[in-house]
This record gives sequence, structure tokens and C-alpha cells, in this order.
Amino acid sequence: MGSEDVKVLCFWASPFSLRVEWALKLKGVEYEYIEEDIYNKNTLLLELNPIHKKVPVLVHGSKPIVESFVILEYIDETWKQHPLLPQDPYQRAHARFWANFAEHKLLYASFIAMVASGDDTEKALNVARDSVEKIEQEIKGKKFFGGDNIGYLDIALGWISYWIPVYEEVGSMQILDPLRFPAINAWMTNFLNHPVIKDRLPPRDDMVAYIHTRKKIMSPTYHDLMKYL
Amino acid sequence: MADEVVLLDRWPSPYCMRVRIALALKGVICEIKDEDLSNKSTLLLQMNPVHKKVPVLIHNGKPICESLIIVEYIDQVWNEKPPLLPSDPYQRAHAKFWADFSDKMVCLYSMSLLTSKREELEVATKEFKENLKLLEEQLGDKHYFGGEELGFLDVALLPIITGFKTREIYGKFKIEDEFSKLFAWANRCLQKESVSKSIPDQEKMYGLIVEMRKKFGVE
Repeated sequence: MGSEDVKVLCFWASPFSLRVEWALKLKGVEYEYIEEDIYNKNTLLLELNPIHKKVPVLVHGSKPIVESFVILEYIDETWKQHPLLPQDPYQRAHARFWANFAEHKLLYASFIAMVASGDDTEKALNVARDSVEKIEQEIKGKKFFGGDNIGYLDIALGWISYWIPVYEEVGSMQILDPLRFPAINAWMTNFLNHPVIKDRLPPRDDMVAYIHTRKKIMSPTYHDLMKYL
Repeated sequence: MADEVVLLDRWPSPYCMRVRIALALKGVICEIKDEDLSNKSTLLLQMNPVHKKVPVLIHNGKPICESLIIVEYIDQVWNEKPPLLPSDPYQRAHAKFWADFSDKMVCLYSMSLLTSKREELEVATKEFKENLKLLEEQLGDKHYFGGEELGFLDVALLPIITGFKTREIYGKFKIEDEFSKLFAWANRCLQKESVSKSIPDQEKMYGLIVEMRKKFGVE
């Protein structure tokens, strides 16, 4: 089953497609990277992900799998080397819970804080910092969320180590105060220095420029996003 | 050692319904504690300090939160009963994708019913019907989304049927006429005691929605 071709439809600036690549690289699975211009969607993407029309899409043989967390679990179940999710059901549920939490709370709040203004930025920053506080408790005393090695939750939360500093820079704000959150900062360093991860990060200058553009585009209509807080 | 299983619950919550159905399908003996969300219990605040929401499954003192995560947990722990998720990774991914889709459906649908005036419901009804069409395509000619037996995706979707009557009244359409396969699926599922005893009937849900709409000033 694992010997069929693997392709991944990605967008260079997407944290969601990057996490799929990290999982494949950790497992040593060869794949073909296909860049998708998400602002000009081509027919392949629309064919493979007709419901959401988004990246990433993993194509294994002829089978498309979408939604990055679903893809991570598929990868873990298909290629058994370097297991990502723990075996124990409670630990698995725990990892999934925190992956969802970081996605729906911290990711949205930090992006909104960056594009909003005035009191709304403060409101979003508070949600973001509260979220970080909770995640800090989860990583305390551990090198990685997976223990000694990178696991599912590290990959699911890995975006924090790269994107939040970019949002902080573009938004001239601070979320990951190293004095307040020493454990998560230490984890970020460990994560970014892991040989597999280090080798597969988007170019920072390009990312900062891209996020500046996104901020400019999203700022006028940020009020629509406040409901996600 | 006997398992101690407690569910922090609220009867009308579609998310709680999923857990009740899963527990019933697996024959798990569970103490169900009804929560008053306007006066949250110490146990709820202790067991779900992050979101302070139901459902929370407490298994031998350990809490598990988020309905689909709980259903998957139940499937893994009580694995001597028929599995809810298939064993093939692609089929599993397929079920999880559609379960995630149904999450978004449940959320949007609940919100629009509670916050939109009657005139505004037309758009929400259109979207609801589009989603039902997608689901019906997924069901195809199968008895259940899980195939020959109820599976993970059936459990994820079943709460939607409690709102069918409400949707028909506000949307002025009949599910039986426009989505006959889904209608048949709903009735097939309701024949199972594990399902019928775990979810409120459509009349009761309609009554609650009317009451809440009045409360929110949209009726």
C-alpha cells in the first residue's frame, strides 16, 4: 500500500500544507511537491478537493485525502515508521484536542490581532496570549510535545514556531513573551532546529513580505473575522 | 476493574447526542449528568477548564473533550464491539473528512436557526439543502454511511435529523420529497434502539427552537 506514488498539492506560504510535508519527511516518504496558486485555482485542485477547494491535498496513488489533520492521521496509519500519534487512546485524544485548540484559538486570534486595530487588536491579543498560556502548561518539562521525539502534536503545532514570530513582526506586537512563556519558547527552538524541520522551512523574507500583503488586504474588512474570537 | 464512565451532557446538544449514540452502540454503561450551562458545575469546570463546554466524557476520572474526539476514543477503547471507524486508512480519512464537514454544518445550521429572522432563513435553508445534497451523494445506495452497519460518519451526522422537522417548517420544504435517500437513512437509523433512545424526537427539538427564537427576539 505504501509503495504507490505520493503527491502533495501545496501552497508555499500555507502552514497547513507544510505540516503534511513535515510528516512525510519525518517518515522518510518520497513525494512530489505540486505548487498550487490558491488565488488562481487550477482544475486539478478543484477536481481533487471539490468540497473545500483548498490545499493541502495528499494524493496517494489515485486517492485524494484532504484536511491537514485528517491527512496527518492517514500518513501515520499508512506509513508505520516513526509513529506520530501515541498508541494509548487517552493520549491520542489529548493530542487531537490540543491540535484543534491551537488551530481554532491561537491561530485565528494571532492572525486577527495582526490585521485588526485599536481595542479589537487588544481583544485578539488577550485571546492569543491566554491560548499560549494553556499550551505552555502542556509543554512544560518536555523537549517536544511527543516526549523525546517529535510527534503528532509537534507537527500540528509547529506552525507556531514559524508563523507567530512573523505575525509579531508584521503586526508590531508580542504574543510569545519569552519571560512569560519560557517552555514554549524552548520548544520552538528545539522544533526549528530539528534536522528534518530545519531543512523544510519557507524563506523568511518572502514570508514576511507575503504576510504584509495579506495584512494590507485583510485589514479593511477585519471586522468580519472578530466572530472567530 | 469496573469502568467508571460519566458523561457531562445537555439533552438538546447535537455534540452530546453523538456521544450518547456511540456509548449506546457500544453498550457502555454510563452515568449521564445533565449540565445547566448557565450555572456550570464544578465538575465541568474542572474536567474541561479550557472550553468549559459539554460533552465531556470522564473515563475512570480522566476527561476527554470535543465530540468527535470522544467518539473516536470510545471506538478505540470499547473495541470488542463492532468498530465505528473502518480499518482501511483511506476509508477512515474519508469518514473523518465528512465528519469534519458535518461539524461545520451543525454549527452553521444551529446558528442560523437561532439568530435569523424568518425572512433571512431563505439563504440559510438554501445552504442547508446544498449540504444535504452533498451528504446524499455520499450515502448513495448504501444503507448507512458506514456501509452495512452504522459507522463513525452516521454517528457524526445523526444529530442533524433531530432538526429535520424544524428545518422543514422554517424552510417550507419536505425532506422526504427532496432527499428521499437521506429520509430513508434517518428512518432506518431510528429503528435502532441505540439511536432512538439517545436523541430527542423532532417535535421536542422544534418546540425548543421556537422557544429559543422567541428568547433571542427573532420570532
